[in-house]
Order: sequence, then C-alpha cells, then structure tokens
Amino acid sequence: MPTNAATAKERGDAGRSDTGHRVTLRTEALTKVYHTGEVEVHALRGIDLELYESELMVLLGPSGSGKSTLLNILGGLDTPTSGRVFFYDTDLSHMGEAALTRYRREHVGFVFQFYNLVPSLTAYENVALVTEIARAPMDPAEALKTVGLGERLDHFPAQLSGGEQQRVAIARALAKNPDVLLCDEPTGALDSETGVLVLEALESANRELGTTTALITHNVPIADMADRVIRFGDGNIVDVAVNETRRDAKDLSW
Amino acid sequence: MHPLDRKLIRDLWRLRGQVAAISMVVASGVAVLIMFLSALEALEDTAAAYYERYRFAEVFASVKRAPEHMRTQIAAIPGVQWVETRVVKFATVDVAGFEEPIMGNIVSIDPHNASNLNRLVIRAGRRVTPKKPNEVVINEPFAEAHKLKLGDRLAVLLNGKRRSLTVVGIALSPEFVYAIGPGTLMPDKKRYAILWMDRDVLEAAFNLDGAFNDVALTLVRGTDPQSVIDRLDTMLARYGGIGAFARKDQISNWFLMNEIKQLRSMSNVLPTVFLAVAAFLANMVLARLIAVERGEIGLLKAFGYSSWAIGMHYAKLVLAMALIGVLIGWGVGYALGHTITRTYADFFNFPFLVYRPSPLPFAVAALVSIGATLAGAAGAVRGAAKLPPAEAMRPPAPPSYHDGFLGRKHLDHAGLGRWFDQPTRIILRQIARWPGRAFLTSLGVGVSIALLITSLQWLDAIDHMARVYFNQSQHQDVTVVLDEARSTRVVGGFKRLPGVLAVEPARAVRVRFRNGHRSKRETIFGIRPDARLAPVYDAGGKVVAVPKNGLLMSTKLAQVLDVRPGDTVTVEVLEGRRPVRRERVVALFETYIGTPAYMSAAAVYRMMRERPVANVVYLRADSRQQSAFYKSLKEIPVVTGSILREAARDLFDQTLAETLWISISFFVTFACIMAFGVVYNSARIALSERGRELATLRVIGFTKLEIGYILLGEIAIITLVALPLGCLLGQMLSTLIVSDMETELYRVPLVIKAATFGTALAIGLLATVISAAVVSRRLGRLDLIAVLKTRE
Repeated sequence: MPTNAATAKERGDAGRSDTGHRVTLRTEALTKVYHTGEVEVHALRGIDLELYESELMVLLGPSGSGKSTLLNILGGLDTPTSGRVFFYDTDLSHMGEAALTRYRREHVGFVFQFYNLVPSLTAYENVALVTEIARAPMDPAEALKTVGLGERLDHFPAQLSGGEQQRVAIARALAKNPDVLLCDEPTGALDSETGVLVLEALESANRELGTTTALITHNVPIADMADRVIRFGDGNIVDVAVNETRRDAKDLSW
Repeated sequence: MHPLDRKLIRDLWRLRGQVAAISMVVASGVAVLIMFLSALEALEDTAAAYYERYRFAEVFASVKRAPEHMRTQIAAIPGVQWVETRVVKFATVDVAGFEEPIMGNIVSIDPHNASNLNRLVIRAGRRVTPKKPNEVVINEPFAEAHKLKLGDRLAVLLNGKRRSLTVVGIALSPEFVYAIGPGTLMPDKKRYAILWMDRDVLEAAFNLDGAFNDVALTLVRGTDPQSVIDRLDTMLARYGGIGAFARKDQISNWFLMNEIKQLRSMSNVLPTVFLAVAAFLANMVLARLIAVERGEIGLLKAFGYSSWAIGMHYAKLVLAMALIGVLIGWGVGYALGHTITRTYADFFNFPFLVYRPSPLPFAVAALVSIGATLAGAAGAVRGAAKLPPAEAMRPPAPPSYHDGFLGRKHLDHAGLGRWFDQPTRIILRQIARWPGRAFLTSLGVGVSIALLITSLQWLDAIDHMARVYFNQSQHQDVTVVLDEARSTRVVGGFKRLPGVLAVEPARAVRVRFRNGHRSKRETIFGIRPDARLAPVYDAGGKVVAVPKNGLLMSTKLAQVLDVRPGDTVTVEVLEGRRPVRRERVVALFETYIGTPAYMSAAAVYRMMRERPVANVVYLRADSRQQSAFYKSLKEIPVVTGSILREAARDLFDQTLAETLWISISFFVTFACIMAFGVVYNSARIALSERGRELATLRVIGFTKLEIGYILLGEIAIITLVALPLGCLLGQMLSTLIVSDMETELYRVPLVIKAATFGTALAIGLLATVISAAVVSRRLGRLDLIAVLKTRE
C-alpha cells in the first residue's frame, strides 16, 4: 500500500540505484499496448527507468513517443500491459482503482498543460482543495507565495493570466508536499517568457523542497535545467544524458 | 443520407438517456392530454348517442296527482314535441336473503305506447305484459348486485300492501345513468333499485286511476326549456306540482355532465404542466449540446452551411425528441383513455360505449407538444444559427466567477466561509453562477411534487368530507323517509320498533326560493331546537343553532340566490296549501354537500299552517337487534325509503377506493417520470459541463465518492429548494383544482394532511435519488487521461 511505501521511504531502506541514489520510482520492462479497434498501438516497449529522489528529470521526445503514457503509469492514472512499476518498495502495477487513488492523493502532485484549475474557486481555494484532503500539507498561502503569487490569493482563474494560472496549478501540486511531482508539458500553452516563470517555480520547488520532479516537454532547451534527460522515441528510451551542471530556468529561452 | 442527418441520428443515439428523459416527459403530457380528451369525447359521444337513441326526455315535472287529460294541454305548450305521463313512486323493496331495507324507485311503463320517452334498454328478458300485476323489470346494476335472474322474485310494499313480483326483464335507462337515490351521495347498487311496472297496475295500486304524478317531455329543436318549464309550472301548480326542471338539472345527467366538466378542467391544467416542463428540458439539453458543439458549428459554417441549415439541424433534433414522445404518448394515451372510459362506463350505467377517438385529440396533442418543445428550444437553436463561424471555433470564454454573490467576500475564510470546504464552495458557486437555471430545475422537481400532492390530496379532502358528513354530523343510524307528512302519533310508533333507542322527527318541505330573477328549488328542513340525532352541522363539524324565526341557509344557497343575512327571500311552498311567504335569512353556515336550508320546526308549521307533523324520521338503533329492527322497518306501510348511515359510509369508501386510486396511480407515475426527467437531465448536463473539472479532481486524488458529492451536492440543494417549493405549489394547484370543481352539489374542501406532504416528498426524493444514482454511475467512466491533454 502507498502508506507502507511512505514508511519504507522514512526508514531509509528503499532500494538504491547502482549510482548510489535513492530511487523514488522504478520501472521494470514496462510495456503498454493500446487496442484501438483492430489496430494495436505499442506505446511503451519495455521501459526500464529509475527516478531518483530529489532529482529533476526531463523527458524529451516527439508526440506519440510514449512519454505521456509513462508519466500516466508513474502517476497511477494508468496500468501497464506488462512489466512492473515500483514506488519505493510498493508495486503499483496491479493496484486497484481505490488504492491508486490513495497513491495519487498522498504521494503525487500533477501539473497539466492546460492548468485544469476549478474556475469557481479562487487561487487560494484551488490550493486549499488539495490541502484539505492531504496528510501534513503546506498552508495554501505559503504554497502560493512559493510560486510568487502571494498577492493574488483571492483571484478567480478567469482573473489570472495563463502563466499565473499555471503557477497556481503548481502551488496546488506542491501544497500537499508530494513525494513526486509529475508535469506534462507545463509550458505547452504558454509563451517563452511566461513559460520561464513557470519553470522557475518548478525549479525552486525542486531545489528548496527537494521534490522529485519528472517533466515532459518537447522543447529541447528546457532539458538544460534537468539533472538527467531521457529521450524517447517510438516507445523506447533512446538515450539518457546526465547534465554535469543544471542551467537556471531564468536563463532558458525557446 | 445527408451527412447532417447522419450526425442527427448519431447525436440522438449518443444522447439517448437525455432524449429518453425528454421524450418520456413529452409522452406523459401527450398521454394525459389524449387520455382526458378521448375519455371526454367518449363520454360525450356515448351519452349523446344513448340519450338520442333511447329518447331521454328534456324536461321533467312531478305532481301530486294530475288527470290524464292534462297530457293534451301539456302537449299544446309551444315547443313541446312529445309528452309522456307516468306514475313514479318510492317504496321499500325486500330481496330474500338481504336483511337491510332497499329503497325502490318505481317507474311506470306504458306497454301501449311504443314511442315513449326514456326508453328501456332490455338487457335480458322482456318488458312487462300489460295488466300483469306481478311482473317487474329491474335495473341491471341492482340485478347484478343481488345476483337476481329472470324469474326470481322480490317483494315491494306498494302503498302499504306487500306484493310479490317476478323479474321478467333486466334493463337500463338513460334516466338512470347515475342511479343515485334521494338523500345519498353515491349510487348504491345494493340498496337502491329501479323497478319498472305496468302503468295500469301502478295507477290501481296508488289510487291514480286516470291520473299521473310525473311527466317527461322532449322539445322541438331550438326551444328554450325555461319557457316550457314556466308554462308547465303554472299549469301543474294546482295539481301539486313541485316544480319542473330541465335535463341539465336531472340528477343522473347532472352527475354525468359534472364529471365531463371536471375532466375538461383537468385536461386544461395537467398537460400544460407537463409540456412546460418538457419545453424547459429541451431548452436545457439543447443549450448544452450547442455549447459543446460550438467548434463543429463553426466548422460547418466555415464550409458554407447557412445559418438556416444549422438552425434546422438542431430544430430537427428537438423535433425528433418530441416526435418520439408524441408517438409513445399516443399509444399510452389511447390505452389509458380506453381504460378510464371503461371505468366510467362501469361507474355510469351505459349499455354501450362509444370509444372511437377522433383524430382531433391526437393532432392537438402532437401539435401542442411539438410546439412547446420547439418553443422551449428556440432560444438555443437561434443562438446556434447566429454564431459567427470564427467565434464558434474559438472555445467559449471560461465561465467567469467574480465577486458576486458567494464570492470571496461572502465566503471569507475567517468568517462564515470557514464552515465551507472547497467542494462545497464549488457547489454553491455553481448555483450562484446560474441561479435562473437552478431555480427552474427546482421548479421542475417542485412541480412534480406538487402534482403528487394534488393527486394524493383528494383522498384527504374526501376523507375529511366523509368524516364530517357521516361521523360528526350524523348521529342517526337510519334516516326514514315517509310517504307524506304524518302526525306525531305515527312518528311515536317508531319508538316501539325492536332495538330503537332514539327517534327524532323532522319536517321537510319542498319549496322554490326566489330573489329577483334568481330562483332555486330546494327543501327546507324544519328542525326542533332540541335536535340531537341530526342537528345542523357546519363544515367545521360544529352544531349551528336554528333560529326561532326565519331561515338558516348554507352559504352556497345564499350565493346562488345572492342574499346575505338580513335579506328576505320569497319562499314558494310546493306542497300542501302552497303558501307563498317572505322569509328573512337570519344566518348562514358553511357545508360541503348540497345547498340546504333550515328553519325551526315551529316556524315551518306556522308557514304551512299545519299541526306538528313529520315526513322524515331519524332513528338510532341498537346494533344487536339489527335483524329484527330491519325486518320490522321493511313492513311499515308509510315508509318509502330508508338510508342507512353505516352502509352509505362503507359504500362511499369503497367507491372511492375503486375510482380514485386509478387516477392517483396515473398521476404518481407521471409525476415520477417528470421528477426523474428533470433531475436526470440536469445531472447529465452538470456532468457534461464539469466532467473535466471532476476528472481533474480524480487525477489529483479525489475519490469517486468525493467528486460524487460535488456533482450530486448541487442536485441535493436544488432538490432541497424544490421540496418546500413543491409543497407550496401543491397547495396552490390543489386550491385551483378544488375551486374549479366546486358545484352546488358538493364542495371538496382543501385538506392536505401532513402525511400527504410527507408521502409526496418521499416519492419526489426517491425519484431524485434514483436518477442521481443512474447519473453517478457515469462518474466511474470519466476519462482521466484525456483531461490532461485536451483543452475544453
């Protein structure tokens, strides 16, 4: 159960990688096949991957390369066709609907391309939506301050710009103190300048809170802010690159 | 097939749940309309055909005794077509094995006169043979109630002489479609008999040789019955005429026409309610569909489809929903119409039934319902047609929640707001954002609850009426009607009957009240000041004191005559020396049944210039000696009829149980369909509008139960508002229908028991819960992954 996973993490006896990193999420020979009509789509063709604790990992690849499918499985939104996926010691591969919901609720923060804020709730309330159901959450105002929106707590989404809305979404994801933050094209709907502000928010969360972060993008320059860059192609990992130094988000542009 | 039409068919299939819900509401409206209209038509056609074929008379008059030669004079009144003189009498009937006395209405038939009026429909056997004194034809319901066959015998006390009669025929007559005895509220098949006997035999039995005591007429087409009635009254006054009346006041016909009138008023109110709800639902569903399909509309317009083509496409969608409803409604309406017409045919004694609904009700129902749904959807369709292509292809502006009602000021986190968690805020703001729609949805559910209350309320009202009438106002066990006013010595004789505990005489006098051009035939009851068994009771069940002098009048009679306390009215007595007096209306009282008037017994005697007499006797009897009591009652020559309170009460309940429950179950079904349709549609629309929001919440870790709360919380609040609203509307609708059904014969009180509100609310809630449960199953099928990737 996810709760056991949390205690496993706290005991510190979770699996370590060959490089000595502690591993938050790990997949073994993960495959995913979609059946659309009579056509089989192999979205993932045997992925072995580890997401280290506190690292910022960027998944790069063209659309349809399988990166979103992987993120969905890591986030407990989807289950693999074969292979296994572990959150610390917990096998997520065969978890039921209710257990996956608890896993998402207690351990995962999501940031979506289109923000997905609740339009009828203010920025503060959108964050409070999550903190109300989380164990040991941050104060919503605190979370909004982290993303630089301490002054706009009482604005409704319709009163915020796209970048501001996305930062509210990040605050909402961070406020529960998640073990892992999963971001699917968080700057996809934003211009470069606004996108940088959003990336800065993610970067500071990763640096200051140590939140393990996986970020999907098709913007190659964004890869420079990562610890590791995983390139995807046709359901396989094409390449894994380690950045010796991470570039600051504010220096990025595309 | 045109691609747009193919889209239409797929849309209908995709939206099948909502299409079904709207179609069912339309179908309910159509079915109710057709049921009423076709039953109405059938009743009218059947009555008209029956009256026509069996020559139901148009004017009636009773006299004490008039010589037969008056017949020629009556026939000479301008406008009179046919005259039939008769002997009509009441007498106690005794059927072997049936303990209680039966009231018999004996009507003469003239075997020589083939073209007589009020002809019998012989159902079995034959008419009586001329001059055969012991032959009788009896009415079919009475025969059935006692399982009497041809050749069976029954005894009648004819003018004090007990005579054994043989049943030679079983018949129906247009005069007794609703065979109700005097002084009773419901037709009692067991205790009220119509006996047809040879005219000569009856003349001999009642000392009416060469005379008659009843006359029936038909009129030349286009004759005003009133002019004939006036001439007839003048002509018959000296023979003891008690006032002629037209067919519309003939009791059996009056009940039939009253039923038709009630059906008509129901056929106006109820289908309107259903169709208004259907229109609202069509609007709601279509507005949402068009919001979802903005992009497609823009695309079609960009391809060159005209606004007209787009508008027509959506109009056709509504038309299809309405048509499905119309077709179902036609079928159900036809079946229900047939069922209730048959129930009516049983209730009213028709020998045949004309159920051939004309195409008119079907056409009316179809046009009205299609019109209503199209009108409901018109706004949404016009909106779709008017969207400029470029705008249509952009997503709609996000719903903006500003600082209006329930904004941050109202839900301040420090103040009131801290009581509301975020999901609750979502619910409240959704309602505050579209208050009109939320209110209309509440109204829809409220209306269905109101319908439930209105239909269930009948039981309460009638139960209340019966309780006041039978239990509070009547303490006698038997009301005995005497052949004529008898001295108190005769009345005293009743005390000696076995088991009789108390006897109370009353003097009933037939009169005609006149005030200016208004007049009304009525009976004045002369009551003793110390009356215990049958004093005057008002609608509240309280005893009303009868004034020493002057009249105590029911408010309804005062209304008919347009008099107030203190006014005087002319009282033309129609019996005895026929005095004409001016009497003062001293007080009024409220009553549910009839238009009675009372005076003190002493005042009646003064008016009549007679010694104390009575023609009605109230008796209280020991139930342990019932058999002996009934047996002796049946043998008293002066008794022409006995009304048993207990039996009347039982009959009342039984008749209601048989007839009211049928219509109540119709309405409960239809009201449930309506509640279900409204709730289901609004939940589906909420789901469609907020599916993305709910899926997002699922992704970030909300359970199905928690998002179910957000979706259904709104419906719960809407329902919560609907409950009191429904009670209020139910009260209003009941008031409307009750006042619409008020007649001189009875006023159904507006009584709604707490339990009725409770039942209506429970049924309404149940329908809501079931439809919410059906929709919430869809929450499990939300596509969590799609919301991450798509913009709405």
